[in-house]
Amino acid sequence: MVTHENGGGHGHHQPPSGFIRKWVFSIDHKVIGIQYLLLALFSVFVGMALSLLMRLHLAWPTAKFAIFHGGQMTPEQYLALMTMHGTIMVFMVLTTAPQSGFGNYFLPIQIGAADMAFPVLNMLSFWTTFVSLVVMICAFLVPGGAPIGGWTSYPPLSALGEIVGPGQGGGETLWIVGLAIFCGASLMGALNFITTLIDLRAKGMTLGRLPLTCWTWFVTAILGLLAFGVLLAACILLLLDRLAGTSFFIPGGLVVTDQVITWHKGGSPLLWQHLFWFFGHPEVYIAILPGMGVASHLLSTFSRKPVFGYRAMVGAICGIGFLGFCVWGHHMFISGMSPYSAFAFSILTMTIGVPSAIKTFNWLGTLWGGKITFNCAMLFALGFVSLFVSGGLSGLFLAQPALDLYLHDGYFVVAHFHLIMGVAAIFGMFAGLYFWFPKMFGRFLNEGVGKVHFWLTFIGVYAIFMPMHFLGLAGNPRRYSEMTAGPFLQQLQPVHVFITYAAFITIGAQLIFLANFLWSVFAGKEAKEENPWHATTLEWSIPSPPPFDNFGGVEPVVYHGPYEFSVPGAADDYIPQHLAPNLVRKA
Amino acid sequence: MLSRRLERGSTSVALAFAVFLTFMTVVTVYIFWAKVWWFPPAISDFGHEIDAQFARTFLITGVVFVAAQLGLAYAIFKFRDHGQKAAYFEGNNTMEIIWTLATIVLFVGLGLYARNAWAEVHFMGAAPGALQIEVTGQQFVWNFRYAGPDGKFGREKPELVSASTGNPVGLDPTDPASKDDIVSPVIVVPAGREVELIIRSQDVTHSFYVRELRLKQDAVPGMEIHMHFTATVPGDYEIACAELCGLGHYRMHSMLTVMPEADFEKWEKDQEAANQ
Repeated sequence: MVTHENGGGHGHHQPPSGFIRKWVFSIDHKVIGIQYLLLALFSVFVGMALSLLMRLHLAWPTAKFAIFHGGQMTPEQYLALMTMHGTIMVFMVLTTAPQSGFGNYFLPIQIGAADMAFPVLNMLSFWTTFVSLVVMICAFLVPGGAPIGGWTSYPPLSALGEIVGPGQGGGETLWIVGLAIFCGASLMGALNFITTLIDLRAKGMTLGRLPLTCWTWFVTAILGLLAFGVLLAACILLLLDRLAGTSFFIPGGLVVTDQVITWHKGGSPLLWQHLFWFFGHPEVYIAILPGMGVASHLLSTFSRKPVFGYRAMVGAICGIGFLGFCVWGHHMFISGMSPYSAFAFSILTMTIGVPSAIKTFNWLGTLWGGKITFNCAMLFALGFVSLFVSGGLSGLFLAQPALDLYLHDGYFVVAHFHLIMGVAAIFGMFAGLYFWFPKMFGRFLNEGVGKVHFWLTFIGVYAIFMPMHFLGLAGNPRRYSEMTAGPFLQQLQPVHVFITYAAFITIGAQLIFLANFLWSVFAGKEAKEENPWHATTLEWSIPSPPPFDNFGGVEPVVYHGPYEFSVPGAADDYIPQHLAPNLVRKA
Repeated sequence: MLSRRLERGSTSVALAFAVFLTFMTVVTVYIFWAKVWWFPPAISDFGHEIDAQFARTFLITGVVFVAAQLGLAYAIFKFRDHGQKAAYFEGNNTMEIIWTLATIVLFVGLGLYARNAWAEVHFMGAAPGALQIEVTGQQFVWNFRYAGPDGKFGREKPELVSASTGNPVGLDPTDPASKDDIVSPVIVVPAGREVELIIRSQDVTHSFYVRELRLKQDAVPGMEIHMHFTATVPGDYEIACAELCGLGHYRMHSMLTVMPEADFEKWEKDQEAANQ
């Protein structure tokens, strides 16, 4: 790589002085990464608060809360909470933190670059994301409140306006606008990640020496670039249906509460579903792939062993990314779509289990014969593997249209996607945070408090989501604000009460985490060494926290693969990627 | 110093992790196996076929689940840091190929096996002579229409829909074929006779769901979706809406009654009489 004085990503630009340029409108990828993480941290607590209210209502439907007018939660308030819970968690947490947060901070450093390829675009994409969050939260404040159509926002419910329900007026419009803005932000981010990884790798950082974290961020960025464009188009069409009188998604002849809708005809509700899920299924992998990268990275680092089957892992990441675009139809088995295409989508979906299984086997292979250290980062990485297996296997039921006929839109699905896309992905984030915290802030998170956090969370999430499978088997439909309509649902009420207790404890544990986070940033144990974990990748070759241009004006050179642990003949049980071969101490 | 303290703690943490994984696995498998919460009994041949495919899938995923979770528990305990040196190997191509092929055969095979059940309801239409019933979803009720003695569904017009005046599906009284149509808020079918549902919606997307039939089908505005079943066990079964349709989604509920052919004929006569 050539040294430039003024080239975008790899020039040695000067650190800005002044609070605003340094911390608010910063173009430093590290600051932007932390901004994204803080945005996700704020959002995850909002999302959890919404879910706690939902759970309380589901367990005790007649309970009164001070924050609701009249005390008791109405069905439309429940659905508004549910919609916003899903939206905030999927977009503002699962899409931002693993990719834009950790990826922004560590992708440039791990490949030996001084910054992202387009630092100003990077700043723009964060602040666009911020605007989108503000717009979405404003949906709570308009008359009628937040939308009630779910995070999937199926038309005609999402297209016809207030006539089909409260929240479907101004709230729904703000929701769509916010989402469209988010699409724009994600497209900018994806472009930046791809360019950075292709163009700014240090000398010697071949594709075969990329840490698996970088591979997952790279493939995730490609998914984002291909998927968010489609969602953006869908959002614009839906807005036009609502505001400009078009009928992309609205057929003719509709009657809503005895009122004939004469001004719409010719549209197709299924068109939205195709566009939405063409984005929506890759979105699952956008959320989970970075977690897979972090888990692979940490399992190797803390069992002091190379990743088992590095090439197979890279192949599996790419395979999952590619197949992720071929399976959206499995969200639509009961939608009225052609049964022949349903069958094709089914087989493709079963196929995606293969790279997922390869990854699981390789994780076990990585642990096998190792020397495992159980710090909090590793505990969360191990928890990730367990949750990935539990959440992934239920996908094999849902991928079969015949079984999906029974399970679709029920709690089995809720259990499945929460375990794999929500909880497993969040375990990946926690693993990454405990691991990288000393690099980012120069201090450790408290390990003792972290262990309490881990155990309560790990047991808690299983206690919440495992029983939901059984609710699904019993036939409990999702998105019901209460289970009072028929006898079979009333029988399941004790399970709902149990889940609410488990949710209460799990969310409490996150307050322990928050306290640990805030305390450790300012007063945690100092990370004096550059490389406290004896890890191999480039971020551990520079000070904690790293200087403005990461490598202090020195271009790193890479000599080794990313996971050279316990190499026979070497004195230390790790060989950093940047260590020149003649400097590796012999045993 | 940090690392030495971690080493000492590693046995208890590893043990706790392994024990928890084992406990979670055993409890999960037990609750599935003992069918503590389970499907209600199926009332059609199709339902039994679904149950059999569910059992096959449960068996395969169950074996993988137990093997993976217990394998993880074992590895965590066995390879905890107790002062040993880590082994060095970067992979094993033979094993990669074996488990890739094994999962392809298992997972894709399972998917192909499931084809028959799917084909039965969705590739093949109802046999001629099946009892046709039109199902209409609207916020937040179901309506079921029978063609009546003439065997013909009469014309419907959106502008005539008026739930408040007793014409929830918008029957056009000027069409003679609509005179004898029966519209009912519950669905009644004869046991042992094939029923063909024509599923539609007036406003937003709903989903017709009867657990005992193992069937669920979205009611999509602008589409008429056909579905067929033969219920064999008389009884009353709940119908739920399974697609979010607005604030009353949770209470969009109706009943399916399966009765012997003779009782059904009597019910139909009574409805016709009430129609006059």
